[in-house]
Amino acid sequence: MDYALQQLLNALAFGAEYSLVALGLAVVFSIMGLVNFAHGEIIGVSAYSVFLAAALGLTSPFVAVLLAVGMAALAAVVFERVAFRPVRYAPTTTGLLTAFGVSIVVQNLFMLLISPKPQSVSVLNGLNQMWFFGPFAVSSLQVMELIVSGLTILALVFFLNRSTLGLAIRAASRDFATVRLMGIKANRVIATAFAISGALAGIAAVFILARRGSVSPDLGFGLVLKAFVACVIGGFGSLPGAAVGGMLLGFIEVGLLVALPQEYAGFKDALTYAIIVALLVYRPEGLLGQRIELGDKEI
Amino acid sequence: MLKVEKLVVRYGAVMAVRELSLEVGQGELVALLGPNGAGKSSTINALTGLVTPASGRVVLDSKDISHVRTEDRIRAGLTSTPEGRHIFANLSVGENLRLGAATRRDPAGVRQDIERFLSLFPVLSERYGQAAGTLSGGEQQMLAIARSLMSRPKLLLLDEPSLGLAPKIVARIFDFIGELKAQGLTLLVVEQNARQALRFADRVYVLSSGTLRYDGPPARLADEHGLFNLYIGG
Repeated sequence: MDYALQQLLNALAFGAEYSLVALGLAVVFSIMGLVNFAHGEIIGVSAYSVFLAAALGLTSPFVAVLLAVGMAALAAVVFERVAFRPVRYAPTTTGLLTAFGVSIVVQNLFMLLISPKPQSVSVLNGLNQMWFFGPFAVSSLQVMELIVSGLTILALVFFLNRSTLGLAIRAASRDFATVRLMGIKANRVIATAFAISGALAGIAAVFILARRGSVSPDLGFGLVLKAFVACVIGGFGSLPGAAVGGMLLGFIEVGLLVALPQEYAGFKDALTYAIIVALLVYRPEGLLGQRIELGDKEI
Repeated sequence: MLKVEKLVVRYGAVMAVRELSLEVGQGELVALLGPNGAGKSSTINALTGLVTPASGRVVLDSKDISHVRTEDRIRAGLTSTPEGRHIFANLSVGENLRLGAATRRDPAGVRQDIERFLSLFPVLSERYGQAAGTLSGGEQQMLAIARSLMSRPKLLLLDEPSLGLAPKIVARIFDFIGELKAQGLTLLVVEQNARQALRFADRVYVLSSGTLRYDGPPARLADEHGLFNLYIGG
């Protein structure tokens, strides 16, 4: 029972983290058609900000969390302003290559300016404790991860459904030109989408730091690949799809870890992707994606 | 109110609009007619700034807006209901209307306007919370026009409001356009359906292959040598 509960919580926590990062990718992709592979470096900027602040003596976990989320949102907006805006109307592949470029440049900046080696960050370690409920021991970090991700997604849904800018983001995911015809500034819609995307990455960064206790230049890259896969599972560009895809990926991974005998554990990733390939054969547009027929005017 | 001078729109080597000049006066309803591919939509898109013209000037209220961004042109009081309606299919009817008022800062006035359009088009009221994509073509057109009006424009550009709609519905939409004119709104209506467009038009421009072929009152258009049949059809 304890073991089952522990694994369920594991799956939910991993799933929540993938969902947050996948949502960040999906918000930007849905309105710009840009797969932002520099999303991992936003997580990096966030984590290194906490590291630098701690080095300067700001060791309050509260400040660290605010800084992580704020700097991530800022980094995302700056990436857009500096790198993505000039190629906004260029073909999709240009945006993709630009994103890889940003990713490489920023990772190398981390190496040059700070260090290629992992740096210890301990300010958020306090979040990672064991909580005991009667006979059950659970990780406080996983519980928080689940609750915070849930609340964040609720806040995002509220924003997208209630605020004018949120409505504009949803509308822009289908028809950006017409959103501009409403007198809504394209730059503001895009900057907001990037800020949201960054803030989501920042929240994920807090949890990563609390779990690993260290930061390295390639911190976010692997996670963004996972998030990309989550988006594909859910249907690329669909926000509910990203959340569901992330959760599902978490469950598949943890489920395989539990089900596979120890000596086959190395096949975990291969099996995960095999399941996803099978899923995509069955539903090429992803779980919640929309099938676009050739010749459809509305995309 | 609107003055267009020697507007040229190019797509690569293709010239869609050739040195088009036209004017729309305060309170006027001007029809811009012409066959498919005449450059009508290119003209409208150049007026809203969604397409950047190769040359020419667009003047609104004696201000040159040729280099003003689309969103700022809307804020200046010009708006367009695009061809094919382009309602936000994934948003509800109510959300579409709210986005139409995105430039306004008077929530009470916005609510009043929404109420007004809902009583004017009861269908929209019934479907208020539903995804706009579930509306019929005619309902979508009404929603699209209402959404444009939510910004309280001085000048409304209507691009092919009759496109793909049954004659009865087209007549109703043009009735509404006539009412808008009676209320003092200035309109530029682009159409292939000349009969409906001419019902309320003060003046007519006929465009063909990007060039102006006629400029004058609707009454004379029928008399012009074969022009009506040639460019507009029945």
